[in-house]
Amino acid sequence: MSRKRNKIIFGACAVIGLALAPLSVAASAEQQLLFNRDIRPILADTCFKCHGFDAKTRKANLRLDLPAEAFKLRKHGTPIVPGHADASEAYRRLTSTDPDVAMPPPDSHLKLTAPQIQIIRRWIDEGARYQVHWAFIAPVDPPPPQVSDSRWPRNPIDNFVLARLEQEGLQPSSEADRRTLIRRVSLDLTGLPPTPTEIDNFLDDHSATAYETVVDRLLASPRYGERMAVEWLDAARYADSNGYQADPTRTMWPWRDWIIDALNANMPFDEFTVDQIAGDLLPNATAKQRLASGFNRNHSYNGEGGRISEETRADNVLDRVDTTATTFLGLTAGCAKCHDHKYDPITQKEYYQLYAYFNQCSESGAIPSGSGNAPPVMDYLTPRQEQRLAALRTNERDAKAKLAAALPEIDAAQSQWENSVDPREYWTIANPAKLVSRNGATMQRLGDGSILVGGPSPETDVQEVTIATDLTGVSGLRLEALPDPTLPHGGPGRSEDTGNFVLTSLEAEAISRADPKQTRKIKFSFADATYSQQGFSVAAAISGNPTNGWAVDHAPDKHDISATFTFAQPVGFESGTELHLRFHYESKTNKRHTMGHFRLALTSGPVLTRSVAAALAVAPQKRTGEQKKQIAEFYRMRISNQFRSLSAAVVTATRAVDNYEKSLTKVMVMDDATPRQTHVLLRGQYDKPGDKVEPGVPAFLPALPPGAPHNRLALARWIVDPANPLTARVIVNRYWQSFFGSGIVKTAEDFGTQGEPPSHPELLDWLASRFVANGWNVKAIQRLIVTSSTYRQSSKISAEMLERDPANRLLARGPRFRLSSFVLRDQALAASGLLVEKLGGPPVKPYQPPGVWEEMSLGQIRYVQDHGDSLYRRSIYTFWRRTVAPTTMFDVSPRMVCMVRPLRTNTPLQALALLNDVTYIEAARVLSESLLEDASSMTGQKLDQIFVRLMARPCRTDEREILLAALDRLRSQFGSDKAAALKLVSAGEKPRSSNIDPPELAAWTALVNTVMNMDEAITKE
Amino acid sequence: MMDPITTRQLAINRRMFFGRTALGVGTAALAGLLRQDTLGETSPSSRGVPGFPNFAPKARRVIYLLMSGAPPHVDTFDYKPHLADFAGKELPPSVQMGQRLSTMTANQKQQLILPSITGFRQYGKSGAWVSDYLPHIGSIVDDVCFIKSMTTTQVNHAPAVTYFMTGAEQPGRPSFGAWLSYGLGSANDNLPTFVVMTSRDRENTCGQLFYDHYWGSGFLPSKHQGVKLRSGGDPVLYLSNPPGISRLMRRDLLNDLDKLDEIKLSDCGDPEIATRIAQYEMAYRMQASVPELSDLSTEPREVLDMYGPDVLRPGSFAGNCLRARRLAERGVRYVQLMHAGWDHHSNLLTQFKIQCTDTDQPSAALVKDLKQRGLLDDTLVIWGGEFGRTVFGQGDRASGKFGRDHHPYCFTIWLAGGGIKPGLTYGASDDFCYNVAENPVHVHDFQATLLHLLGIDHEQLTFKFQGRRFRLTDVEGKVVDGILT
Repeated sequence: MSRKRNKIIFGACAVIGLALAPLSVAASAEQQLLFNRDIRPILADTCFKCHGFDAKTRKANLRLDLPAEAFKLRKHGTPIVPGHADASEAYRRLTSTDPDVAMPPPDSHLKLTAPQIQIIRRWIDEGARYQVHWAFIAPVDPPPPQVSDSRWPRNPIDNFVLARLEQEGLQPSSEADRRTLIRRVSLDLTGLPPTPTEIDNFLDDHSATAYETVVDRLLASPRYGERMAVEWLDAARYADSNGYQADPTRTMWPWRDWIIDALNANMPFDEFTVDQIAGDLLPNATAKQRLASGFNRNHSYNGEGGRISEETRADNVLDRVDTTATTFLGLTAGCAKCHDHKYDPITQKEYYQLYAYFNQCSESGAIPSGSGNAPPVMDYLTPRQEQRLAALRTNERDAKAKLAAALPEIDAAQSQWENSVDPREYWTIANPAKLVSRNGATMQRLGDGSILVGGPSPETDVQEVTIATDLTGVSGLRLEALPDPTLPHGGPGRSEDTGNFVLTSLEAEAISRADPKQTRKIKFSFADATYSQQGFSVAAAISGNPTNGWAVDHAPDKHDISATFTFAQPVGFESGTELHLRFHYESKTNKRHTMGHFRLALTSGPVLTRSVAAALAVAPQKRTGEQKKQIAEFYRMRISNQFRSLSAAVVTATRAVDNYEKSLTKVMVMDDATPRQTHVLLRGQYDKPGDKVEPGVPAFLPALPPGAPHNRLALARWIVDPANPLTARVIVNRYWQSFFGSGIVKTAEDFGTQGEPPSHPELLDWLASRFVANGWNVKAIQRLIVTSSTYRQSSKISAEMLERDPANRLLARGPRFRLSSFVLRDQALAASGLLVEKLGGPPVKPYQPPGVWEEMSLGQIRYVQDHGDSLYRRSIYTFWRRTVAPTTMFDVSPRMVCMVRPLRTNTPLQALALLNDVTYIEAARVLSESLLEDASSMTGQKLDQIFVRLMARPCRTDEREILLAALDRLRSQFGSDKAAALKLVSAGEKPRSSNIDPPELAAWTALVNTVMNMDEAITKE
Repeated sequence: MMDPITTRQLAINRRMFFGRTALGVGTAALAGLLRQDTLGETSPSSRGVPGFPNFAPKARRVIYLLMSGAPPHVDTFDYKPHLADFAGKELPPSVQMGQRLSTMTANQKQQLILPSITGFRQYGKSGAWVSDYLPHIGSIVDDVCFIKSMTTTQVNHAPAVTYFMTGAEQPGRPSFGAWLSYGLGSANDNLPTFVVMTSRDRENTCGQLFYDHYWGSGFLPSKHQGVKLRSGGDPVLYLSNPPGISRLMRRDLLNDLDKLDEIKLSDCGDPEIATRIAQYEMAYRMQASVPELSDLSTEPREVLDMYGPDVLRPGSFAGNCLRARRLAERGVRYVQLMHAGWDHHSNLLTQFKIQCTDTDQPSAALVKDLKQRGLLDDTLVIWGGEFGRTVFGQGDRASGKFGRDHHPYCFTIWLAGGGIKPGLTYGASDDFCYNVAENPVHVHDFQATLLHLLGIDHEQLTFKFQGRRFRLTDVEGKVVDGILT
């Protein structure tokens, strides 16, 4: 290969490589090679899989990741001889053409490029100096570098960026114009375009700090938290349903609102972190802190039939480890689930040490049917709900207090009653005057006043008994169930199998003998029995529920079965009374369980239970505690109206509290309520436990402070300990990514050795150091970024820079990329004036083509679209069904697992959505209406207004020509097809302005829809 | 996003193109011009990874008929005449070997053998045994290769389907079609390269859902995800212009939009704008090509008849099979046709026959139709579930409410077409259809084989994500040479 050709190839690689590994540029310069920047990425990619950290996959027992190992003499020579590439066995193998010797082996499909081999050679020749992986060393606060053009930097960020550009012989772009700037920073900080007034104010502000004024206004806007929360929800895999089969709805939205509030309040990031990882474990944790811990319950939840709960539970714990590691530490810990990490120094054991922290939660892995919320859960209350609940609890307390206060009085009354009551029973055997079996049995009166039933045994029956009595003040009825040798099994019932009966209900009326028109229905207040079969209490006979009743199978003494029924009001007419009694034996499940032999009696005295009567018969001072209790209960519940009404008030108040609590939104949160021994799970499988492990952090990172508890709180504090080399870098990198489209470390999810090295390592470290030094002040660090000269550059791309740095890794221009689908929808709503700026609350269901949920769920889940304001809320509030994401959104995290890097593709399906979704057509129509209702503005002004609302700038002349021609054409098209016009302007549920001629409105709607689809309108630039 | 060099190339092409439109080349030529380019037969945005295919493919496209819910191999293809002798007897423990069962039958006191509920017949020159309920499939056995030794590790539906579709049981990996789209690119600029259709049994007897991660792109760029053709409403979401906008008006409006974006492109130089213009044009073409594709009214009567009486019912399996053939004709690389309704735990006696009737004729018709058009030679058709069903019964025999539980250890699928040995039965189960007796084919082996037929070395089609090179077959997979021509 000629020298010249080699150089050309090398140059091309440097350009292509820029997007992948921008620092390979440095390797071609005269700079000294740095292991972390230039060598590690190559070795990690091609060598470490077999010669790295993972002992299980290590080949030939050789490690190239540690200098001590790589420099050791071995059988075939020394792998790396510092200063002598030609003497190094590893280098010899890299360049060998012998397939038995060559490395990497051909069957690995891994290959080093010629420039990479050159760099390895140079590095060995220069002494083969190793470094610990950059991200695992805590950042030192680097001084901002000197730059030649000292006028450009506004803050130290710019020194770092400019120094690099100057090193490359490049210049930064000029500052973007003011209109571009205010649109860029408004979309970045609030996710909404600037209003025409906001633009005018900025243009009219000639002070030196005009831009900073805008930034501060935006940072203070409640829309800021809504915008910034979206990315956090992606990381936290937030959704409004569980995923998997059935995909039940959950209510984690209060947690989402906590995030928005915390961001708006500029909660320091360390507090933000601790509350989310361990808010429940904080001393005297507040409701809000517990709510924050829902971060670790946002995982999906598999409730599929036949699923083993413990498997689900283990999956959820694994997900917590992976999410926490990626979100806060930028580590791909999940790679160590089944084996030691192949590239980063995380052992499988260490992975399960992290697992142990999240393994103590009382979550069972099962899921309550009909709910998407699996315990542990907490009640979520708005301030108003808190007031309401407090009021209900006060009611309950008051009711209890009233009852307690009345007890002495009630007890005194009880003593009086005890003295007055005669405990002996006075039952008068009732003489039945008339007997009827409705379903054809025979009923015969016997000499002892009892009634024997015979003849056919109907499946069900109503036995009617009429009693004539002269008693007044009748207070109760006694029913004796009697044995008889003619009955199956000796009775008392007629059941062929058991001799049992089931009395399903009892009805009674009192009729005046003197004036049969005078009747009174008798209500029963209590029923007692000497014996009731399990599950067939006598109370069932007066409960009004006919499915159950009184039965007496297995009675210990068949000669002692009786029930007493207390009348709510005593009955008995002065001139004599006829009592009509109807005994229903109508059990559906127990056929032919009618009564066989019974006797009735009446009393005018107190209807006492047998045990209370016995207790009352004992002299007061000789009664046992149990007897006293029985008497007191009897008196309070049956005799004392005062007690009954006060205790009913307590029951009502308590029930009100319970019901209200049940109606409250439940949010899944963390606890440490179920201590578990953690094991390594072999191959990550829940049912293959290996060695026991205790909670702990990976050894390559700083140790926990001595005496730290073995719980999540210690882990949370360790994550935000300033000594942790990862957290601050990972977080500021994501802020950078939010604004510039890609992070200083492009692989925002991976700061390990397989991640991409930072494009500006010192800048990243400086930002991370500032962030921590300023008390993790989120808005302050973001303000610093968006007020830098770097951020304010124009995003125009020269042909030269496109060749040189297509992915803008060197930052010689401002960011330019398509807006997220969340922002696109919000922008359309805001620009048209439809947006409803309501903060927080349950998710909403805006427009969606019919049948999408139904088709996915085979008709089991219906999408019931909301109406009114809910159609126009910000996209963050759109209901997120995990199995089928909102159709208006594209390039979104599926919210299945943690995701910290945005997707950004460019597909025809996106074009179809933006052109045809009713969301956008309605926005175009409503925007058009607002233009057309202003009769004073000229067409050109209207075009300007559309552009200002969407792109913060007026329409250019060449654009205007295109649009005016289009407008003419559309007017004529819709003018000749009014039906089509009417269809178009009927899009959406917002009532249409009747002042505007449909063809005119349709023409403008189609036009606005087109402008909304302009590349500039859907791009932040 | 596209790689920068290609994007730049496209930008240059676009400039030339717009230069020409300014001189009067009509907009009608736009679509054609955009489809062509200097780099290959399709536009650069739809090309795959350089170096792929790795070798000459035997199959150029795939139609996967996924029988979701899992058909019982015992009652369809895996004929064991002696099973009847063991009816109602306990499955020998030596066969079951204490393997894990689903929680639905793990607690059942006895695992009593339930022989096939249907008769079997031999068909064709190859003499393959096929259930009496599947006579049409019987008629194509000489074009088919049965693998009777499939095995998987998943015993629940969603993880098992995910495993077949993506090579991993947890959602989140790219699906087979996404890998193909990524590796090989598109062969048609008017249609998506990876199309999904779903159907279910008419009685809606089972709850198996079709999650969109079954055709997701995982960590691959999302343009590779499957595009689902819906059975109701727009076949593709938002495909139709809004009411009141005609196709002609849309064309005019897109011309306006192109001109506006071209101003921006020349002003700011971002090549992404050129890609965007191209994608809006593709959207426009799809607005015509997708409804045309879904419209079966142009099919002659005899073709409709081949697919059976259900073919014109919206959302039917038969209709989807015919659409799959139309997609194959139009160069769509991967059609994933998923049909639910095979999960017969308690209704084997009633539903199994209905399910066979619904799927038998269309499945066979698809193979025959492809064959008569000469497409079967390079189109691969796959028919199979996510696992098999137990040879022992589940539920109450006396009441007739019984069926079979999930069975991952051995089951049958069949393939036909591009590169597959026709008339072959490969592998075998033991005497109880329980374990693999010879030539086990694991899911990853199966996937490696499919990729091989498409000209791809499954170990080479990788994507680096979160520090690891992922591939469809994870760390396993061996091409099953025995079934290849």
